[in-house]
Amino acid sequence: MSDIESVFKPGYKALVAYLTAGYPDIAATEKAAAILSDNGCDIIELGIPFSDPLADGATIQKASYQALQQGVTPGTCLELAVRLRQKMATPLVFMTYYNPVLSFGLEAFCQASARAGVSGLIVPDLPPEEGAKLETAAQRHSLDLIYLLTPASTEKRISMVARRSRGFIYLVSLTGVTGARDALPAELEDFVGRVRKKARQPLCVGFGISTPEQAKRVARVADGVIVGSRLIQLLGEDATLSSLKAFISGLRSALNT
Amino acid sequence: MEAKSSQLPDSRGYFGQFGGTFVPERLMPALDELEQAFNQASADSDFQREFQELCRNYIGRPTPLYPAQRLAARMDGAAILLKREDLAHTGAHKINNALGQGLLAKRMGKNRIVAETGAGQHGVAVATVCAMLGLNCIIYMGEEDVRRQATNALRMKLLGAEVRPVASGSRTLKDAINETIRDWVTNVRDTYYLLGSVVGPHPYPTMVRHFQSVIGQETREQVTAMYHRLPDYLVACVGGGSNAMGLFHPFFDDRDVKFIGVEAAGKGLDTGKHAASLSAGRVGVLHGARSYLLQDSHGQIAETLSIAAGLDYPGVGPEHSYYKETGRATYMAVTDSQALEGFKLLCQTEGIIPALESSHAIYYAARLAASLPREQIIVVNLSGRGDKDLDIVSRALEMKP
Repeated sequence: MSDIESVFKPGYKALVAYLTAGYPDIAATEKAAAILSDNGCDIIELGIPFSDPLADGATIQKASYQALQQGVTPGTCLELAVRLRQKMATPLVFMTYYNPVLSFGLEAFCQASARAGVSGLIVPDLPPEEGAKLETAAQRHSLDLIYLLTPASTEKRISMVARRSRGFIYLVSLTGVTGARDALPAELEDFVGRVRKKARQPLCVGFGISTPEQAKRVARVADGVIVGSRLIQLLGEDATLSSLKAFISGLRSALNT
Repeated sequence: MEAKSSQLPDSRGYFGQFGGTFVPERLMPALDELEQAFNQASADSDFQREFQELCRNYIGRPTPLYPAQRLAARMDGAAILLKREDLAHTGAHKINNALGQGLLAKRMGKNRIVAETGAGQHGVAVATVCAMLGLNCIIYMGEEDVRRQATNALRMKLLGAEVRPVASGSRTLKDAINETIRDWVTNVRDTYYLLGSVVGPHPYPTMVRHFQSVIGQETREQVTAMYHRLPDYLVACVGGGSNAMGLFHPFFDDRDVKFIGVEAAGKGLDTGKHAASLSAGRVGVLHGARSYLLQDSHGQIAETLSIAAGLDYPGVGPEHSYYKETGRATYMAVTDSQALEGFKLLCQTEGIIPALESSHAIYYAARLAASLPREQIIVVNLSGRGDKDLDIVSRALEMKP
């Protein structure tokens, strides 16, 4: 069982948190990750910033831009991962776009990630059709390559992802880019149910989740909840990180009740 | 051995190692749907007939193939023939693809059209076709491009399109594409993405090539009628590469016809301020396809620079990357100041004001002509007219009215 898989236990709902590495700066990311880990997060996704994040909404675009302005590179993110893993047992997942990974070298990137103590990868612009090479490299270094599904994914695509995703399956709750939303779509439960019929992996739902109520609704059908843009907003609004702490504790207790 | 043109791309949208579909999961079903619709439409004689009729009656095709005799005399070398895409409705080759895809969108029942634009020529073409077909039109245009191509932004608005300026990144074409993709991901149920070049995920490079191939097909007939043989060189500018691909592709299997793509060298290839992906880039993935790309050592996409907004793009169509790798085409780069020379040269010798994009091809073709014997024939794609560029050119040349 991989580090990621072992997070998921019967009757327990996992909380997955996304941070753009280097927003507002690397030190803040490091502090925020510790707070998330201490307050009920089970997996931390570290976003390696990319210049052209086409699956992301305005919040993460801005965070990525600011991180890049400060000179954050995949190398910086690997160093950050090493430091975090020295302090905490919470599994880390890198989330980035395909070009920085390709540029690093698929094999070299997977090797360096594994050595840094990273447990998995999410690459939103890499569908399974194009993912075979990265999958091979990831498996060689015991990294879970996590694929995504959306409510529009056909039965055929659901089967393909169920066969190939490792660690968990990332279910995109809505049609669109990342970003906090007021409401989640009505078809969400239906969608999770369709995937459940074909997949034995844990199912985590992300995109648009920004309140304990939304998290609770998602947790009724899914195994885990992913939050991202809302955390980035809170990091931008409150440098003391106390709002971040309050928010994540609120989500954790909503998931526990 | 190289593949025959009819065999490319393969079923996964690859030209050799280039192309593919690197997009978020949400777009995969939409791309499948698009590919099916396109395949059905291209096999449907009614669809083809409607496209051809509108090419004739609306765009004004065939566009002339004009022998530029004074230009050739000035160069004292090979014959230069200009494929006059600047005379197509809206003033550039972009309308061919906009019309083809507009008809396809209508056939698919998608009434909301989104598109990116750089110089604004594609945006104007899309806005035009949407007005003519009664479709809703939203154009994403980088803030920087809205500023330097203000007339085209106005034209789009007059044609009923909503122009949304894009403030992210370098505020040029690549950012407009990012934003259009985000819109498409969000509204994909009722929205058609009318991509303007031979870039992006499969099937776009193939589909845009298909609708632009009318340029090369006409050229083949016209040059054969005049000279009873095929030309020796085809020269076209390359940003994403649609006008070049439209000219080149129908000659793919004619190995004696040499293809030359001309990229934007901006301030010079050694300054880092240019947009020459094939001449100075390395292979990567951007906007859904694997292709040559201008990027830094960490895989971040580089900011580009060219006096021609339509060439100011860090990527290039995957089929051009394939042509470079196999040697089927040669890619050269022309600087801003050389392009301005090409611009002046065509104005003064032929009374034609070319687009700054096309001026890159003009400059290179003129120099090539000077190095060749008189029996040789060069076809240059004059992909657009230069009215849109008068502000930029008059400032660059420090002209006063």
